[in-house]
Amino acid sequence: MIKFVIKRLASGVVVLLAVSVLTFSLLYAAGGSIARNILGDTATAEQVALKEHELGLDQPLFVRYFTWLSNALKGDLGSSWFSSEPVASSLATRVPVTMTMVISAMIIIAILATLIGSAAAVKRGWVDRVVQIGAVIGDSVPGFVIGIFLVTILAIQLKMFPATSTIAPGVPASAWIASMALPVVALIINGVTGGAQQIRSAVIKQFEKDYVRTLRSRGIGEGEILFKHVLRSAAPAGLTVLSLQLIGMLGGVVIIEQIFALPGIGPLAVTATSQSDLPVVMGIVMYTVVVVIVVNLIVDLLNGWLNPKVRVS
Amino acid sequence: MTASVTPEIATGQTGTVVRSTAIRRLLKNPLGLASVIILAVIVLLALFAPILAPFGENYANIGKTLAAPDSVNILGTDSSGRDVWSRLLFGSQITLLSAVLCAAVAVALGLPAGLIAGYYGGLFETTSNWVISILMSLPGLIVLLTIRAAFGPSVWISMVAFGILISPSYFLLTRTAVRAVRNELYVDAARVSGLSDLSIMGRHIFSVVRAPIIIQTAGICGVAIAIQSGLEFLGLGDPTMATWGVMLSEGFKNVYLTPTLLLWPALAIALTIGALVLLGNAIRDALEDGEKIKAPKVSKVAGSVKANTGNHAVQKGTEHHLVKVTNLGVGYPQADGSIKKVVDDVSFHVDRGEVLGIVGESGSGKSQTAFSILGLLPDTARIVGGTIQFDGNYTVQPGDDRVNQQRLSKIRGRRVSYIPQEPMSNLDPAFTIGYQLVTPMVRVLGISKSEAKKRAMKLLEDVGITYPERTFKAYPHEVSGGMAQRVLIAGAISCEPDLVIADEPTTALDVTVQAEVLDLLRGLQSRLNIGVILVTHNFGVVSDLCDRVVVMQNGRLVEEGDVREILRNPKEKYTQTLLSSMLEGKTPMTMLVSTVEEVAL
Repeated sequence: MIKFVIKRLASGVVVLLAVSVLTFSLLYAAGGSIARNILGDTATAEQVALKEHELGLDQPLFVRYFTWLSNALKGDLGSSWFSSEPVASSLATRVPVTMTMVISAMIIIAILATLIGSAAAVKRGWVDRVVQIGAVIGDSVPGFVIGIFLVTILAIQLKMFPATSTIAPGVPASAWIASMALPVVALIINGVTGGAQQIRSAVIKQFEKDYVRTLRSRGIGEGEILFKHVLRSAAPAGLTVLSLQLIGMLGGVVIIEQIFALPGIGPLAVTATSQSDLPVVMGIVMYTVVVVIVVNLIVDLLNGWLNPKVRVS
Repeated sequence: MTASVTPEIATGQTGTVVRSTAIRRLLKNPLGLASVIILAVIVLLALFAPILAPFGENYANIGKTLAAPDSVNILGTDSSGRDVWSRLLFGSQITLLSAVLCAAVAVALGLPAGLIAGYYGGLFETTSNWVISILMSLPGLIVLLTIRAAFGPSVWISMVAFGILISPSYFLLTRTAVRAVRNELYVDAARVSGLSDLSIMGRHIFSVVRAPIIIQTAGICGVAIAIQSGLEFLGLGDPTMATWGVMLSEGFKNVYLTPTLLLWPALAIALTIGALVLLGNAIRDALEDGEKIKAPKVSKVAGSVKANTGNHAVQKGTEHHLVKVTNLGVGYPQADGSIKKVVDDVSFHVDRGEVLGIVGESGSGKSQTAFSILGLLPDTARIVGGTIQFDGNYTVQPGDDRVNQQRLSKIRGRRVSYIPQEPMSNLDPAFTIGYQLVTPMVRVLGISKSEAKKRAMKLLEDVGITYPERTFKAYPHEVSGGMAQRVLIAGAISCEPDLVIADEPTTALDVTVQAEVLDLLRGLQSRLNIGVILVTHNFGVVSDLCDRVVVMQNGRLVEEGDVREILRNPKEKYTQTLLSSMLEGKTPMTMLVSTVEEVAL
């Protein structure tokens, strides 16, 4: 068990390093005139050269990478070129907002998709048809378009929710909930429709298994068969779907936060990207990969817990 | 050589036939037709945008900003006085081109890589798996943000990048398909006949992956459009281009003034992606053989069960039979509305303590008959005639078209139980053997868990398991097939049933284990004095265990009688054929050894 976790963590670290090398070289090798970008067109050649020296841009790429890496290992991800704010501390204030939304959205998706998908698989009929149609609609309308319409109709026209967030440290929990309700709804709709569809087919597949017939022949009730046996066997498939959705959501939440003006990673990412504020972009990529690695590890552990065959090996 | 050429021509021909019927079926499907039409219209609008658009994409009339629709600007103008309709048309060009670019890059990378990895495996596959695990751990939008930060705003660069990022989906799809085909006989035949790997891949394997790739491409174009519009909505696209995402962003900035500006680009995006999604679904449906059985028919049939809830009394003088099946018919509704009968007019009975064999080859309806007694027929099955009674009460009464689950759920597990054919697949791999033995006893008999555990240990001992404690704690994958079958037999007798239905209980086992399991069944049956219905294709098993036997063929009952009578003196021709196919007690045929020698010479 511990060996398994260590092995997975080790391969996670390798992925993290690989992505950091790739991203770093991509960011720093492509942009030619970073210093000029920062200083503007009016700067003289000497000023540009001075700035390049100041940012360490006159050194070879691999030297810069190792400087970045050794600092990063000490928890220093550098500072923004524009606001001079340390990247680590701006991530620290913004990640909680984003992760609160992502985690609550994922929990809601997991519950709703399982319930709706199982209902469609067991009851068939109209429930099933609604789920099928819902899946097509969910696939057709991108989450951020749903977000735009939620904010336009419910917040701006009907004024049922705040259109922009009031989230700040020290604000009461009710304000957090009111500010996060619509963004979370915008985040979950595609996940619920898609997830329910996947859970539905996984449950149908499990119900066709021989052992279900044997359980029935032993006098076990339908409810117990569904919740204890079928859903448990369908869970690995569901977990895979959920983990892929979560990875996608780490991107989608950027747009949603921008729409609802939430002080999460989103606005930071957008500003940093449009300014080519490379240390910040690098920090955001690293945070994302770390989240993905942790999520994959959790999924692997859950799968091991669910499947005794995996547990042994 | 000629022999190898002929099948190739044949595959080519069937290929085209399948494709043309698939296209016809696609266009017959209303959703498929609608999606094709919508996409065609969007493509045409994009192609003729320069002609159709009344204004240039960036032509701004500063004097007429945020105007309502009128005869000049049919969808109104935006905050810079640009014509919304014209920008929508030009936007469709960029949107479609970027989606095609993304899909093309993804196919160009994923397809060949998947072919090579699936066909050759080895180091290339290992490396690809690594690359893929990295690509798949990155959220698309975050990567595109990075690309934007590095290369500046460009639709084309970002779509090439997204194509690379999404190429694993083609890779995985192709590799799976190729792996499945690689070891098929016709690919072997092509290889043996001297075709190069390249032409095998081109001819045989590509035809297998073609359809899934088209379906995948429809989906990926949709995803590409969504992510591209998202990027532009964030203001990170090329500001000089009119795209749907830029228009959404522009509309959102003026959401307090003219919210309708949001509507048109959002509609365009949803309509295009929706048409792609529906097209993908419709192609999938068109390629899946066999039309769907209409649902309403099934629900109408199901409704009639409720009408028939009164308890009919069984025929006088038959109450003493443990099970009595009278003129039973079982059928499956077909797509054309007819019903395919798999069991037709079958009657027999079983008494307490009696072993009845149901014999027949596969497809004779013997298992379907057994499952209708248990009430465990598949959902689609219908009772098309006859009755079943258990201990003097109907479980299928006259006029029922399904087994009455309400009545059966009181009997099943408690009074009638089941031993399946394939031991491994009939235990839930996620639970210990102990759990799967204990739970039914707790539920059915209402005893405590510790009491049930004591009984389970005793049962495991009774079915001849040497270390009951160890087996009790084991998971199904940790025991052998023979042991699993013993566990299932223990489960079947755990709640002291009156009737056990055993469906080919020894077929899946090794020959030596078969004999042991038959011994076990015989011993248990005589000790507990339970009725047994033994479903088998093997007259050897029948002669070993049964008192009476029923012979079935093609869903019908051929012959019924005392087992010794039938074995000695079979009346029907089919029974004679079945009996003569037995190996037991026959004179050995010519030895195989001599032929081997001949070949060697």
